[in-house]
Amino acid sequence: MTTTPVKFYQVGSFAVGNRLLTEEERSGQSNPDRANALTSGHRACQGCGEALGARYALDAAMRAANDQIIAVNATGCLEVFSTPYPESSWRIAWLHSLFGNAPAVATGVAAALKAQGRTDIRVVGQGGDGATVDIGFGALSGMFERNDDVLYICYDNEAYMNTGVQRSGATPPAARTATTQAVGEEPGNTFGQGKFLPRIAMAHEIPYVATATIADLRDLEAKVTRAMEFRGARYLHVLVPCPLGWGSASCDTIKIARLATQSGLFPVFEAVNGEVVASTKIRHKVDVEEYLKLQSRYAHLFSPTRREDVISHLRRMADKNIARYELMGE
Amino acid sequence: MLRQVEGSKAIADVVAACKPQVICAYPISPQTHIVEGLSQLVKNGTLTGCEFINVESEFSAMSVAIGSSATGARTYTATASQGLLYMVEAVYNASGLGLPIVMTVANRAIGAPINIWNDHSDSMSQRDSGWIQLYAENNQEATDLHIQAFRIAEEMSLPVMVCMDGFILTHAYEQVDIPEEPEVSKFLKPFVPRQVLDPAEPVSIGAMVGPETFLEVKYLAHQRMIDSLETIQEVGVEFESQFGRDSGGLLKSYKCDGAETIIIALGSIIGTLKDLVDEMQVQGHSIGLVGLTSFRPFPFDQLRQAVTGAKRVVVLEKALSTGVGGIVTADVRTSLRGTQIKDFTLIAGLGGRSITMKSLKEYVLRAMNDSVAELTFLDLDVNIVESELAKERALR
Amino acid sequence: MEKPYAITLNVGSSLANHTGTWRVEHPEYVHRMPPCNNACPAGENIQNWLYIAEDGSYEAAWRELIKENPFPAIMGRVCYHPCQVACNRAELDEAVGINSVERFLGDHAIEKGWKIDPPDHETGFSVLVIGAGPAGLSAAYHLRRMGHTVVVRDATHAPGGMMRYGIPQYRLPRNILDAEVNRIKEMGVKFEFDTRVDDVHDALNEGFNAVFLAIGAQLSKRAYIPASESARILDAIKVLHDVEDGNQPLLGRKVVVYGGGNTAMDVARSAKRLGAEEAIIVYRRTRDKAPANDMEIEEALEEGILMKWLSTVKHAEGGSLQIEKMELDESGFPQPTGEIEYLEADSLILALGQEVDFSLLGNSADIDTKDGVMPVDHTMMTTHPGIFAGGDMIPADRTVTTSIGHGKKAARNIDAWLRMTTYEKESDKPVVAFEDLNTWYYTDAPHAVRERLEASRRVQDFSEVVKGLDESTALYEARRCMSCGNCFECDNCFGVCPDNAIIKLGPGKGFEINMDYCKGCGICVSECPASAITMISEV
Repeated sequence: MTTTPVKFYQVGSFAVGNRLLTEEERSGQSNPDRANALTSGHRACQGCGEALGARYALDAAMRAANDQIIAVNATGCLEVFSTPYPESSWRIAWLHSLFGNAPAVATGVAAALKAQGRTDIRVVGQGGDGATVDIGFGALSGMFERNDDVLYICYDNEAYMNTGVQRSGATPPAARTATTQAVGEEPGNTFGQGKFLPRIAMAHEIPYVATATIADLRDLEAKVTRAMEFRGARYLHVLVPCPLGWGSASCDTIKIARLATQSGLFPVFEAVNGEVVASTKIRHKVDVEEYLKLQSRYAHLFSPTRREDVISHLRRMADKNIARYELMGE
Repeated sequence: MLRQVEGSKAIADVVAACKPQVICAYPISPQTHIVEGLSQLVKNGTLTGCEFINVESEFSAMSVAIGSSATGARTYTATASQGLLYMVEAVYNASGLGLPIVMTVANRAIGAPINIWNDHSDSMSQRDSGWIQLYAENNQEATDLHIQAFRIAEEMSLPVMVCMDGFILTHAYEQVDIPEEPEVSKFLKPFVPRQVLDPAEPVSIGAMVGPETFLEVKYLAHQRMIDSLETIQEVGVEFESQFGRDSGGLLKSYKCDGAETIIIALGSIIGTLKDLVDEMQVQGHSIGLVGLTSFRPFPFDQLRQAVTGAKRVVVLEKALSTGVGGIVTADVRTSLRGTQIKDFTLIAGLGGRSITMKSLKEYVLRAMNDSVAELTFLDLDVNIVESELAKERALR
Repeated sequence: MEKPYAITLNVGSSLANHTGTWRVEHPEYVHRMPPCNNACPAGENIQNWLYIAEDGSYEAAWRELIKENPFPAIMGRVCYHPCQVACNRAELDEAVGINSVERFLGDHAIEKGWKIDPPDHETGFSVLVIGAGPAGLSAAYHLRRMGHTVVVRDATHAPGGMMRYGIPQYRLPRNILDAEVNRIKEMGVKFEFDTRVDDVHDALNEGFNAVFLAIGAQLSKRAYIPASESARILDAIKVLHDVEDGNQPLLGRKVVVYGGGNTAMDVARSAKRLGAEEAIIVYRRTRDKAPANDMEIEEALEEGILMKWLSTVKHAEGGSLQIEKMELDESGFPQPTGEIEYLEADSLILALGQEVDFSLLGNSADIDTKDGVMPVDHTMMTTHPGIFAGGDMIPADRTVTTSIGHGKKAARNIDAWLRMTTYEKESDKPVVAFEDLNTWYYTDAPHAVRERLEASRRVQDFSEVVKGLDESTALYEARRCMSCGNCFECDNCFGVCPDNAIIKLGPGKGFEINMDYCKGCGICVSECPASAITMISEV
């Protein structure tokens, strides 16, 4: 499936809404009566990408499922900032169990609903990258392999932010975290194969796998909507910059997500039954440096000495994505 | 209807009769025959309205159970040994969230060294997990306890572990009366969850609770467990009145009247001990037996009453608190506080070691004269351990 | 349901937690100055009328437009649209075709017969406007809207000034001019044509409470060019005036126009239309330096007008001109080279600029003039109390649009002066630069090009060269506006707030910040496409 952006003259194709668009042509987030699955008063940091991504995704899921949603949340920032006793920011049926078991808990919810004949209620599992690619990976893979009727959403902020920014399996090479300090020969995280979960998800040949970012709301909403059209295991990987962990300005959260896509470092695509069927093209190509420079977790690549070798390594990674997912051109 | 069946098959059948809506399990000996049986019952249409989920680990098994139970489905799983330990984080989570999951533990030793045979190390390790633990003496009781377990769990919003000795019970063919589904349904009321995930009435389950409130939450869990002592008894009484069998309850005294020495034990060894008591009473010894069905909650008062008048108790334990000794003994001592009753601990049957009548009798005879150590390891090969200890100490 | 204590929570209960207390700065909606508005000599609120037009509310858009400028149909034809030069969209793809939308609105208004309501009250003050050119008409229009009695006197026999006697019909059809001027008449402005005012003071004695002088600059500058008797030398303004009056000037087959301004282009293009086989423009500097609007040069070239840049006319004789080549010195000024060439010419038309004909003012010695123009103060008042001036006769750019701006400014100040108050202009807001915008949100969309008459057909007559946009293209063009510095309700702020702290007030009402929850992250500011939100520090 390819999502055709609304080519509404000149404004509104990418913006959240526009007064000149019909309701259907606007994003769900422009609706004053949107679900606000995650409501105000949560304790996320200023400019939190995950809070934004979760509301975007769950509101879209609510729309697609006629508000019949149950969400299962892994331990992590999203869980902690949304439900410290005595206040919950969720406006949906929501369950938090553990760090590493959200996919399995979601399976349990789906199984119960099936047994109860309530398949009109849809299940969303969600967690950060640590919960998803590391500690909960086994459970996630099991959920995929059984093709349980769950949409699992990973809000990827590329490290363990809740515990104080330690490296996760999703931490990109060269990034500084509390456990991959910017010291030594190879400062920051080491270069490895990386763990890009969307491709692993695709290897399970589940009905639907997609990536998205909070920089392209319409794309994200379209993917959630599309994911909800399928039954079985579905996986959505959403890049959500973290101002605290990435060392960026709180106002730049969306901008950084945008630069991640426009540099090619984060490919936005979707796959059906294990095959890539569409990718979101880069609109305004930027060099990886533009992305890196806004984040202090990469500051050691520019000072005290410029690490051209590392920067070009990262550039090659972006180029590989661009080639692999055909991110340039129509 | 009485049937000659393998213990595991009896459990599979009775669990099916309880009409669980979600069953999830990961295979581990000696639990396998139970879930194999259930998977067949679901697949062949005997057990309808039930989802059987083959998970990829015990951690996921308990996690699926958590999700399912929180969605208001009657939920069952089974495990043993390493599997129970692998799911521990979720075990605690299930009780913390107050989810009435029923789980069979086919008791088995914990490695290393790896050992697939029976003892109680696995379930005993979950002593403080917040689950009700019921131990079955035989397959009939195991069968009956599963029915009661669902009832207790759902009334108290607490998860229940039904512990049955691996192989000794799970793989033993016995005559078992397995209640049919209509009778069972009459006994079990429809599951009305205390809290449920429902988009029509959404709640947020699983909040983060800070220091200012955590204690109260834990206290409430503690009291709920204590309150369940009464529930367990009531359910046992009700079960007896409907099914005509005295299964369940908190504990069972066997020929304790006037006994100077009372053995306290859990699980299948009770059958052997009953034979021993019978034999020794015939021989004129003053001996009785208390079989503990409920280890958690621990029936302190009921136990004290059961052993009133005795001079000593011997606690036979199939688990070991390394460096301490008995596990059940600690609770027994608490029960006996303020009495003059002495207690002795007999560690027996670890890793499936045979517990012979001969050895038991020899020990009990000495115990009756208070001529045993407080802690005894039945049939310990003293030569081997002493020579090994000598070598180890020499190397230190 | 009976919820377990502390573990299970009520949904949405976090609303009790007012995270606004974390904030050290907060966003605030602002109105910044769009570069188009800033560049408009007539002070039009372009962004706003485009915004109104975007949803098809053409009449409302037109009414917003004419608050500042009564001549959108004329503007859409003759304005050199500095707004489009300033337009930020040019850096993204191409400038918004503001001028073409303005023309569409103007033409649409004429077509629909929209009227301007007469003032709802009469002030009793009366003002005399001298000169019915753009400045005078603009002043008359604004003064009338304010409720003053206005009389416009003009020495010619039709309104428009240079719009009629300077701009050829192929650029401004007269029915358009008449239609827009007529609306002013219908408001109750009294016109007296063929009435030359010889003495301003007489007018004041007549009982007018104030006078606005807008007599233009109609005297052609004469350069000294040695010429023989036989040389036919004409003056551009006179030629254009004659064309308008129907007195076809005799120009011959080969016409040379001397000068590089818009008048030079106009007269050369007119000459072609009058039958000249060849029209050549001679200008002493380069094309870049020529004061003529580039589009006019372009259109002239398309029509086959020849250009001799870096050339001066040294000597004129019947049928031949002596031309000296120039070259630019280091500071960019043209210097003679001594290199001479000859050019055949039946006539030489001088278009070297215009001067103010102060003789028109007669006995007005007490009003200061300087360097051939009449200085005015910041209120457009001359050194004589109650006498104001504007348009080409004061020191400023000489374009129609500038003059219209003068007329408006003068009207506002005259009004204030009459009421014995002062006119306070809204203080200048910072102009939005391209870098201030988040252009990610605007899709690429090249502007709709207006259809032009084919060049070969153009030179045959005086029919209008540039056609207007139809409604769909005008709408498309209006919607290309990036709304620099002003909210256009794209909902971005509402959507991108991680704390749901933006309140959407509904169509046309914009947004509000919910300070109870706003943590002050600033994402709304970063992601506002139009730079219509700013952060305000609270510490």
